Amino acid sequence: MSIQATSRSMSANEVAWAIAAAALTVLTLFIASKATNPFYAFHMIVFALAGLAAIVALGKRATSGVPAQAAQEINGKPNYNYGPIKFATVASVFWGVAGFLVGLIIALQLAYPALNFDFEYIQFGRLRPLHTSAVIFAFGGNVLLATSFYTVQRTCQARLAGDIAPWFVVLGYNLFIVIAGTGYLFGITQGKEYAEPEWYADLWLTIVWVAYLLVFLVTLWKRKEPHIYVANWFTLAFIVTIAVLHLGNNATIPVSIFSPKSYIVWSGVQDAMFQWWYGHNAVGFFLTAGFLAIMYYFVPKRAERPVYSYRLSIIHFWALIFLYIWAGPHHLHYTALPDWAQTLGMTFSIMLWMPSWGGMINGLMTLSGAWDKLRTDPVLRMMVVSVAFYGMSTFEGPMMSIKAVNSLSHYTDWTVGHVHSGALGWVGFVSFGAIYCLVPWLWNKKIYSMKLVNWHFWIATLGIVVYISAMWVAGIMQGLMWRAYTSLGFLEYSFIETVDAMHPFYVIRALGGAMFVIGSLIMAYNIWMTIASGEAAESADAGKPALAPAE
Amino acid sequence: MSQTYLTLANFAQQAGVIFFMTIFLGVIAYAFWPKNREKFSSAAELPLKED
Repeated sequence: MSIQATSRSMSANEVAWAIAAAALTVLTLFIASKATNPFYAFHMIVFALAGLAAIVALGKRATSGVPAQAAQEINGKPNYNYGPIKFATVASVFWGVAGFLVGLIIALQLAYPALNFDFEYIQFGRLRPLHTSAVIFAFGGNVLLATSFYTVQRTCQARLAGDIAPWFVVLGYNLFIVIAGTGYLFGITQGKEYAEPEWYADLWLTIVWVAYLLVFLVTLWKRKEPHIYVANWFTLAFIVTIAVLHLGNNATIPVSIFSPKSYIVWSGVQDAMFQWWYGHNAVGFFLTAGFLAIMYYFVPKRAERPVYSYRLSIIHFWALIFLYIWAGPHHLHYTALPDWAQTLGMTFSIMLWMPSWGGMINGLMTLSGAWDKLRTDPVLRMMVVSVAFYGMSTFEGPMMSIKAVNSLSHYTDWTVGHVHSGALGWVGFVSFGAIYCLVPWLWNKKIYSMKLVNWHFWIATLGIVVYISAMWVAGIMQGLMWRAYTSLGFLEYSFIETVDAMHPFYVIRALGGAMFVIGSLIMAYNIWMTIASGEAAESADAGKPALAPAE
Repeated sequence: MSQTYLTLANFAQQAGVIFFMTIFLGVIAYAFWPKNREKFSSAAELPLKED
């Protein structure tokens, strides 16, 4: 490194961040001293410690000679900012393994309830939101932060905006994860699916998210490339919509600033409608739009082929974002929600077939002329299988939103199977593919072992198939047993009989989940070895299976 | 009350159809506008562009 290690005084920017961190520390310590709940006090102390750590880090930044403002370009080439991306990538691997493991534990708890150990902090009801949040927001969120920051820089040919702000986004987001996750174990929850974090965690996430939006927008603003690439459109739609959903569904008033408890300003069916407008668009914009951005950048890059049809990607984008936002009411079929609203949700869900499959075709056909790479490159195979799972689960989803089908599938494990074909197959695999691409590109190393990537691919694929088939059988059986009547018009089965009938499938599901966990452990080892001791790549095109022709 | 509801619902449904169809047709026109062909085919290559 040619950077001179000369100490300097803190820049105005660093001082401003330090003052904000100091204010956070003082405020949270004050709240901790008067908190009505020991776990809430603990959370406030975590915030205070994070504030202190930020002040120390900012001071070190100045004294260790890091320039106050990094150069935008070096020798006429953009000076890309990879630090926060590296952190988010490693964090995503860590949270991924942790989240899958908690999923395996609760799958085993369902099969063998004795595994609750009568210990309140690890009951299914507390671990389940820990699992969903860890895989969606911790694993998926860090993948999205890493890939969006990478893609926006490369496709705009510009350095990420801000020097401290991108670090604030990545570290602040992970602080939110820690607060939210530990909160569930302590019993601090709003009790709304995928929106469990209480008001103070929500407030913190809002600040982090606005910073994320600003970093992204200003980077777009600085772009050297005149056209904004379609992956960035998807990312921007994801960031903006998640902000709107988060603010809408968390319109709560805390009991007191010293209490973790809050109440939503509306109630009853309005609250339910808001919750599933939020819940389904968390699927549509977090788990779909954000990861489609990965597809539109990483699949062409890895396959070394241009996007199959850029026009289709434009129609895909606009149709997807206009339709998804209306689909939420299909979560509330046959409830107190007005019938017309249920029908509306169902209709828009069915219309979503079009853009979803358009997008899938666009992703798959990007490989035209490069199909042979599927045989030689397990990373590309992972991403292609993920797009196939995207097509499969976006076919299944609209079908399940049809009222007649929903009357069988709703509240059964069929829904759980559907979610996991999307989450493990689509989101998981496209993320793994992106991680296997990113690590060699960021650290300029060769991947430690392609063989292990191949093992990860096959074990995880088999695991998914085992998981979702078990849940299909269990769910449809459960739905049919619930609606079975005797000739006298009584229910044929008691509830516990349906639970008993599902036991073998719960065991099979746990087996499939265990295979997925093993796959993720193989990935963690491979990524660790690549970063720690991997062979340096010969050129800047690290990790690419072959060199692109010179232009 | 029911008359107001019906009037409002009718208006919302019809205006909604026109509004969304117009936007959708606008998107299609934008995507297929002959002048944009060059721009989009070069945009499709953006991920492959090395710096």
